[in-house]
Amino acid sequence: MALAQAKQSATEERLAALTMPDAGCTRKAREAALARVREMGLPGRRDEYWKYTQPDTLISAQAPAAALFQNDEAPMFNEFDRLKIVFIDGVFSPEESDELSMEGVTIDRLEDICCKDIHWAKELYGVLEANGQTPVHRPLAALNTAFASDGVAIHVTGKPAKPISLIYRHASETSDAILHHVVRVESGAEVTILENGPAASRFNKCMEIDIADGGTLHHVRAQGRDHQRRAATHMFTRMGTESVYKSFTLTVNGVLTRNEQVVELTGDDAVVHVAGACVGDGEFHHDDTVFVTHDAVNCESRQVFKKVLRNGATGVFQGKILVKAGAQKTDGYQISQSLLLDEDSQFLAKPELEIYADDVACSHGSTSGAIDETALFYLRSRGVPTKEATDMLTLAFLAEAVQEIEDEALAEVIVTRLQDWLARRR
Amino acid sequence: MLEIKNLHVKLEEEDKQILKGVDLTVEAGKVHAIMGPNGSGKSTLSYVLSGRDGYEVTDGTATLEGEDLLEMEPEERAAAGVFLAFQYPVEIPGVGNMTFLRTAVNAQRKARGQEELSAADFLKEIRAKAKALKIDADMLKRPVNVGFSGGEKKRNEILQMAMLEPKLCILDETDSGLDVDAMKLVSEGVNALRDEGRGFLVITHYQRLLDHIKPDVVHIMADGRIVKSGGPELALEVEHNGYADILAEVN
Repeated sequence: MALAQAKQSATEERLAALTMPDAGCTRKAREAALARVREMGLPGRRDEYWKYTQPDTLISAQAPAAALFQNDEAPMFNEFDRLKIVFIDGVFSPEESDELSMEGVTIDRLEDICCKDIHWAKELYGVLEANGQTPVHRPLAALNTAFASDGVAIHVTGKPAKPISLIYRHASETSDAILHHVVRVESGAEVTILENGPAASRFNKCMEIDIADGGTLHHVRAQGRDHQRRAATHMFTRMGTESVYKSFTLTVNGVLTRNEQVVELTGDDAVVHVAGACVGDGEFHHDDTVFVTHDAVNCESRQVFKKVLRNGATGVFQGKILVKAGAQKTDGYQISQSLLLDEDSQFLAKPELEIYADDVACSHGSTSGAIDETALFYLRSRGVPTKEATDMLTLAFLAEAVQEIEDEALAEVIVTRLQDWLARRR
Repeated sequence: MLEIKNLHVKLEEEDKQILKGVDLTVEAGKVHAIMGPNGSGKSTLSYVLSGRDGYEVTDGTATLEGEDLLEMEPEERAAAGVFLAFQYPVEIPGVGNMTFLRTAVNAQRKARGQEELSAADFLKEIRAKAKALKIDADMLKRPVNVGFSGGEKKRNEILQMAMLEPKLCILDETDSGLDVDAMKLVSEGVNALRDEGRGFLVITHYQRLLDHIKPDVVHIMADGRIVKSGGPELALEVEHNGYADILAEVN
């Protein structure tokens, strides 16, 4: 079907502002992705999948400017020994980064892959993204595949001693970054990937993750706190037999964030947990869109999303569990909750289950509520001032999502940050 | 210490008068018990003194050591020395009992201009006090009152009271839901806190509790007023004859 005129011209306008990098072995994938973008068109206000989130500023030819966030805090994850890979406004910085070598893993820059005719990442680049376009279109991810200007390919073959830490610095008020990473975790390998920072004024990030049988990936990210930054991120994860993927995302501030997670459980007995905690204040729109497909027997999936919203902030959750025919003994769980600290804030949720197998356990729940007045009085009656008591209850609310992080030290860091941010307010 | 004069209170939402002129003085070092039939306003009095929302004071005063309680926020009253042991202690998932207590203790110290208690000193103190109430380390770590039995919740209230060392302790039906052994334990906890500088207001339906926590004065409350006051023998009279005789006599 031909695209509507308005959609087509918006798409072409965006494409005209972009140049495809000299692509080497990813050229074919990029060209195919560009064809997908043209076929689907970039998201518009009328698309059902974008019903609750306005995509306009994510697809405009120029990125809206975003002021840099000045603060005196130590950068996230600073306290951990890790292998640092730094991008400034979406450009890899060799000076700031550690040497990209560690036992149990090989890391290549996308640029280097592009020069090679043969590379393992060729089998992955754009492949999981393309698979993830059905049954729902994700045109911003295809746009990313076509035009990504930087990124890394991480090949995990063992159990690296340190986490791999992707750091995204924001330096220019008008930067528009497109990064694409591919990750392959081999059979029996295990790694932790950390991500943090705002990256750019507008950030389009795509990560394709292939976890082989018995592989494990822990993934913790903290999106930057620049108030005016915008981000559209996609993570496509394919999971083999007995593989484990645990993902947690912390979002505090940012005018617009759309985080899509697409997970396909293709091997039996795999376990995936995706979780997110977000705190929004004022001009803040945060959208978690999750799609988990069970296509194997006895897999477990768990989605836990918590949002604290105040001063007119908006939170969105679109979460789906699709259980294909034959995916028996599926254990699917999904919870999305918001804590609304005032009447101006809103939470829009669309939980979905689609089940074609008859021996499964799937549950989902979604709630919106204010601070529990009885609990608040109880704390105050013990002498805890109102603001501190509210923060305690807010943190307690978010804790369920943070607890999804397996590494206690990492969870502790996230909790401490949240505590501090809640106390500071902005 | 606590002086309540002609206190009139109505529910904010319904136009319903609950307290209709309560006069009560609790001296430091004394235990005052309040008994009375259901709906007489006992719990309302405890909530109004601790500052819970939803009540409107239409007349009268309540002061603690001369300070106007009714003008203060709940946390200010706590810092001034008011403590309410809840009839139904609130469960707070996600907030650890120990964290909660430490925050409360230090918030009060801060409000009074005292130095905050160090983590080590706090730990030492809470361990000793918890032990006396047979509260184990696990209960201290768990979220506030979550999954606690009725008895554990009430013991936890008394632990909070012991840690916060208030001037005025209000116990709202602390005996409800307690078995004989738990009541003894809770009472011992309360008795350990009795001293010259501290006043108690013990709200109860039953004489039983007063066997363990011996009151100096017993008040009978009915229809929003204190209708009769006397010594401990008054509680025994209620236990034997119910409220009918007393109410008939007053009317």
